[in-house]
Amino acid sequence: MGEFLSLREAVARYVEDGQTVALEGFTHLIPFAAGHEIIRQGRRDLTVVRLTPDLIYDQLIGAGCVRKLIFGWGGNPGVGSLHRMRDAVENQHPCPIEVEEHSHAGLAERWRAGAAGLPFGVLRGYVGTSLADHTKTIASISCPFTGEELTAVPAIHPDVGIIHAQQADRDGNVMYWGITGVQKECVLASRHSIVTVEEVVDEFAVRTGGVVLPAWAVDAVAVVPGGPHPSYAHDYSDRDNDFYASWDPIARNRDAFANWLAGVTGEAS
Amino acid sequence: MSSCRQNGQWTSDEMMAVAAARELGDGVVCFVGIGLPSTAANLARRMHAPNAVLIYESGCIGSRPDRLPASIGDGVLSETAVANVGVVEIFSYWLQAGRIDVGFLGAAQIDRFANINTTVIGAYDTPSVRLPGAGGAPEIAANCGEVIITLPHSRRAFVEELDFVTSLGHGTGSGHREQLGLRGRGPSAVISDLCVLRPDPVTKELTLTSVHPGVSVDDVRSATGWELAVAEDLGTTPPPASEELAELRELKAAS
Repeated sequence: MGEFLSLREAVARYVEDGQTVALEGFTHLIPFAAGHEIIRQGRRDLTVVRLTPDLIYDQLIGAGCVRKLIFGWGGNPGVGSLHRMRDAVENQHPCPIEVEEHSHAGLAERWRAGAAGLPFGVLRGYVGTSLADHTKTIASISCPFTGEELTAVPAIHPDVGIIHAQQADRDGNVMYWGITGVQKECVLASRHSIVTVEEVVDEFAVRTGGVVLPAWAVDAVAVVPGGPHPSYAHDYSDRDNDFYASWDPIARNRDAFANWLAGVTGEAS
Repeated sequence: MSSCRQNGQWTSDEMMAVAAARELGDGVVCFVGIGLPSTAANLARRMHAPNAVLIYESGCIGSRPDRLPASIGDGVLSETAVANVGVVEIFSYWLQAGRIDVGFLGAAQIDRFANINTTVIGAYDTPSVRLPGAGGAPEIAANCGEVIITLPHSRRAFVEELDFVTSLGHGTGSGHREQLGLRGRGPSAVISDLCVLRPDPVTKELTLTSVHPGVSVDDVRSATGWELAVAEDLGTTPPPASEELAELRELKAAS
């Protein structure tokens, strides 16, 4: 239905403690503002899903929102580690988190199965690696037609999928372009979805590689210009590589992180 | 890390990037990891391999960036690509289906059969170091025609035994990949800042085939965590040519 809500209203209406939530976007179009709103609203015990946890999940984990992380590659791209994630995994700070680890190909297949309404996805993957020994959601399956051994991974169906797009039109259809990641699958696989957008336009232009999600496939649209910062929105903003670098010392130090967090929650000391 | 020795003309990091770039043939379709592989692949494209097709897992096909991408999702990869597709599609239709000639990967740790660990140091449930994890690498290593790996040489990186196999190289050696039904041939070269290692044609164990200028076999041995096999016809890597250095430095300066 593509209902226009404020970000605060959208998160308050759809995101609840204990749910499975996905904020997707592959380096590009990461919905940081929505993540900060989840932190501000104090959500807890979330299972969060993303191919690349990136800073957005480092922040949610550090803020104590996360009970379980389902992911593929957990680094600060081009910089180093995600230190809040590492502190949680290595030292159980601020709380223990469960980790369910996949490859990007496997997790992408889980998204596709979720979007397609199938119980599982199939791929040539994980064979010979240690991942299958530690991740219960990786299983072997034989093709009923050829007998070939393949790998099955279960569909993902988050309670809420959240993405950022460049534009919505006045009917609540949304459009994004550039690096398009798994956002379409995220929205279609999720029970509810929230899309933050840079702006509302009267009419979408025809764009190479543009993806349009019809309003009736999206629950809420919130206009949040700059919503992906320090990630970016192609044709609207550049990735703030300096912020990604500056995150490293913030996330390495629990006090520095607490200061950053106070800036997000408005409880600055 | 060993990677900043200078000889006055070039650094060992530059030698590593140049040697890795030389591995990439012209016209090949290459799935490129971020970091060192991306540097090497883009250097190759500007030197001897102008028709190499660079594919990034962010869904960018045929990217021709004029600077090094800061991340796998850098806008320059998308803007300069022939086609942009979603992440499901890049892994499924393009990688898994066998359309990629070469996978170009980095690594945190590697063993003598070029298996890669980028997941944990120590026990999985109580790791002493939690590394970023798999990303695209396991299926790149499985499904590309061949794999080139580049990483700086040290005993912490070249280890006797991996705590976790994130991406399979030659497994336990001869015949293992075939036995598992993997379609790609696996690693064909490992390029470090000290040397080039290639799998023995029979045993698949990494063998020292070329030392970089100024590096001795003992230097490589002391930075390797297993008893190193050395090729009978051990060579010396040609030093970076001035054109290679100029292109590499220009690429880095633009980034």
